[in-house]
Amino acid sequence: MSKINITLPDAELLLATLAEKLKPIVTPETALVGIHSGGAWITERLLPMLGTEVKHGMLDSSFYRDDYNQRGLHADTKPSQIPFEVKDRHIILIDDVFYTGRTIRAAMNELFDYGRPASITLAVLINRGGRELPIAPQIFAMQMDLPKHLNLQLLREEDGSFYLTLEEND
Amino acid sequence: MFNPQLNQDGKLKHLLTIEGLPKAIITQILDTAESFVGVAEREVKKVPLLRGKTVCNIFFENSTRTRTTFEIAAKRLSADVINLNVNTSSQSKGETILDTIDNLTAMHADMFVVRHAQSGAAHLIAKHVAPHIHVVNAGDGRHAHPTQGLLDVFTVRRYKPDMHNLRVAIVGDVLHSRVARSEIHALTTLGVPEVRVIAPKTLLPTDVEKLGVHVYHDMREGLKDVDVIMMLRLQNERMVGAMLPSAQEYFKSYGLTQEKLALARPDAIVMHPGPMNRGVEIDSAVADGKQSVILPQVTYGIAVRMAVMSILAGNA
Repeated sequence: MSKINITLPDAELLLATLAEKLKPIVTPETALVGIHSGGAWITERLLPMLGTEVKHGMLDSSFYRDDYNQRGLHADTKPSQIPFEVKDRHIILIDDVFYTGRTIRAAMNELFDYGRPASITLAVLINRGGRELPIAPQIFAMQMDLPKHLNLQLLREEDGSFYLTLEEND
Repeated sequence: MFNPQLNQDGKLKHLLTIEGLPKAIITQILDTAESFVGVAEREVKKVPLLRGKTVCNIFFENSTRTRTTFEIAAKRLSADVINLNVNTSSQSKGETILDTIDNLTAMHADMFVVRHAQSGAAHLIAKHVAPHIHVVNAGDGRHAHPTQGLLDVFTVRRYKPDMHNLRVAIVGDVLHSRVARSEIHALTTLGVPEVRVIAPKTLLPTDVEKLGVHVYHDMREGLKDVDVIMMLRLQNERMVGAMLPSAQEYFKSYGLTQEKLALARPDAIVMHPGPMNRGVEIDSAVADGKQSVILPQVTYGIAVRMAVMSILAGNA
């Protein structure tokens, strides 16, 4: 992979924008569910911005991926943690970059094995376009159409602050 | 060194023995099992990984717990499961093992879970099967019982996460025990610094020190300050000749009682692979006591077997 010369947005600003957009819809009946790993980091950072009382969890969704037969099981699966009743709850799924929609499909399938939620809303930092399924985020901090050969990733500094990288797939 | 369990990319293709298995693979299995423990606590305890795959449990030797937990594990991965107790089936009509395997392959089996009284049976099958088929050894003779060894170290890691600072004692019939061999390989690979075996001379293999363990013949001596006690079943049915005076005598010297347990660390855990001979290798008060983790071992056995099957089936 090689670096690309495109100016990327400040991920910390995007996080603040996302928090502002989420504030009106977070109620005692909602729960935030971060998708491993980027979505889980974002959820962690959102909590103090939205009020730490907010119910929250984490999904790994490795056991639900549609590329298992091609790529096998991911080497570092993490236990999903949903420490609240999913039944009748308004779930906000959180991820870093929305791309094909396949991860979200897997995460939704897993979520339903915990119970039947009242609703699911998808919120992401960046909607990069390129979806392959009839799934799209209702809430995003930024839209940024990127061609397929580019790989956009959210990363974390040692102090926990976010930044984005863009690389070319070989 | 060639390892028949690994594919060309060094990924696990069959699980035949823990001996020679890289630490990274053992750790991956245990970490994946950790995720499956959570799955068992949900409303829906199934995941779709092995949907459309067929798992054949072929037991040439009887077993209830191992076969049942493999069956539950495969079903929770959404596989179709066929159970064959071969001693009551074709083999009594003269069919060879490999013919049985070929017939099941013709029925589109994707994975074989095999238990056999002969050491090396699972290796033989793994060498024989088509490249897309995976084999799990569920116990072969005196040789290995890798999923039991893995679920045992998984249980140890759950209760005693600092594996690099542990004293573990394995007590009983090490000579006839494939479980003991698998436990020893798993513990030493994961870096447990002190593994002891406690047994009378007649129940120890001659080369046991070569496995990197400390040998004790006096149980009271061997249990001093240990963190984990792994009891083994006294394999009555395999006992030929007079290796031991009697079950009562054995219990006196090598049975785990409250009084002997008190010699271990106060927070020591007691394990047993089952089935237990109460009053022979373990006293009921200990088996049902506060320090016993014997039933959690059974529960974790499902998660560990789900991890093994889902890792294997994903590796071409």
